[in-house]
Amino acid sequence: MEREEILKQVQDDIMRTIYILWLRQVKKYFRSRSRIVGSLAQPLLYLLAFGYGFGAIFAKAGQGNYIQFLAPGIVAMSILFTAIFSGIEIIWDRQFGFLKETLVAPVPRLSIMLGRTAGGATVATFQGLVVLILSMFVGFRFTNYWALPLAILFMFLIALLFTALGTAIASTLDDMQGFQLIMNFLVMPIFFLSGALYPLKGLPKVMEYITKIDPMTYGIDGLRAALGGVAQFSVTTDLFALAVITGILLVVGSYLFEKIQV
Amino acid sequence: MSDLLQLKLMKDKTSGQIIQVENLTKKFGDFTAVNDVSFNVKKGEIFAFLGPNGAGKSTTIKMLTTLLASTSGKILIDGVSPIDNQTAARKAFGIVFQDPSLDDDLTAMENMELHAALYAVPVKEVAKRIQTLMEFVDLWDRRSSLVKTFSGGMKRRLEIARGLLHHPKILFLDEPTIGLDPQTRNHMWTYLHNANKQEGMTVFFTTHYMDEAEKNADRVVIIDSGKVMAEGTPKELMTKYKAKSLEDAFLQITGKEIRNEEAGALDQLRMRRGAWSGRRS
Repeated sequence: MEREEILKQVQDDIMRTIYILWLRQVKKYFRSRSRIVGSLAQPLLYLLAFGYGFGAIFAKAGQGNYIQFLAPGIVAMSILFTAIFSGIEIIWDRQFGFLKETLVAPVPRLSIMLGRTAGGATVATFQGLVVLILSMFVGFRFTNYWALPLAILFMFLIALLFTALGTAIASTLDDMQGFQLIMNFLVMPIFFLSGALYPLKGLPKVMEYITKIDPMTYGIDGLRAALGGVAQFSVTTDLFALAVITGILLVVGSYLFEKIQV
Repeated sequence: MSDLLQLKLMKDKTSGQIIQVENLTKKFGDFTAVNDVSFNVKKGEIFAFLGPNGAGKSTTIKMLTTLLASTSGKILIDGVSPIDNQTAARKAFGIVFQDPSLDDDLTAMENMELHAALYAVPVKEVAKRIQTLMEFVDLWDRRSSLVKTFSGGMKRRLEIARGLLHHPKILFLDEPTIGLDPQTRNHMWTYLHNANKQEGMTVFFTTHYMDEAEKNADRVVIIDSGKVMAEGTPKELMTKYKAKSLEDAFLQITGKEIRNEEAGALDQLRMRRGAWSGRRS
């Protein structure tokens, strides 16, 4: 009896921690309007420049409407950037001291990591939704509104995966020196080699292998299928791949977060 | 049941000593920041941990508060090791850090609420305690302001209020009174003495103001270059060194040379803050 009560208490404390840290991420996001606007400019630019720029060639090659193909990729891109950035925010918290406040708290660090990650993923998913709506102004059309929940599920999984990745990386970094390195050698390749911008058919063998180990590939494939496009793999394969990689990254991320020293 | 019993036995054995440090050593590469340090803090004591810049105070506090692993030696916080049993050790203490640890993008109230959740302050008591403490540090009227609009002194006061929110058994204060006016300092010590008497809260603090230590501490330990140089009540030390004040005794023990504290990576980072925050928001 007593043991059960204690267990219940511990559970409550953990849920409370996850919730409050989730809330923190969300509040901070909605307070930084400049950040929201700033991070919408880039996807919009991609949609306009690539969408209209390559649209004619894409159609001539018999691939159909390029905006229709591109929009899911750009939605995923904005999620990728926002999510990685949310994870990386740990470095800022370390710099400005707030991280210490959470690190000495008498709750499992796992719950702190989960709260932060859930918050970052929520924010990134929201960002993705906004880009999706923006893309409709550029010419993207839904073919099936019923698939929207599936699309949101894919968006959230992409967000969760890359927030966890950002957290894992940021847990091992002391300062922002490595940030450019991460952008250029990790985030940009993940984006460009994922099938966000072009179909993954008929690629050179090496490229094909690389795209297949890129988790983003499965996210975009699933999202594209959910939004009415053609899937390269199957939705089940995409879901499975994303879930497994997300699981692994969450474990690695929480292990590294657990080990942080100040 | 059996582990509960074991815990009780362990506590009985350590009764009287809430912090035990034995042969604690921390090396960063070739540099020995803390060198074979041993001391105890009694339950319910107000304990000052003194030393010049770079003596190893903050490093020791980091090890006591689970933020840093030691190279060797033993620590017990309320009977548990902060290295092997971090969560249990963290339940026993609260800490006010030397450098700021607030979230600037949240309001004062939100910072307090976050702390209350992290430290499992009973939900029913949260609102009342926050109001009492924020009134106490004179920030209740500013509760809805973002912390980034606060002055240094206001931030410090908020951090002290936050550190007291969860009624810990041990409260670590790493140079808590830096940047505080005498009124607030006085106020803070009154509160600490009260909590110490009424709840038996042990207070472990560092300071560079020797008069503050002389006035408030039951016992002090002075360290320098990572080693314990002296230990005792302020009176004992003054008698032993035939000093008029604790400051005199301190200067006799640690010398009059001025110390350099190398700017850590963290300080350098903080200097770059401007450049980055411009990009960020």
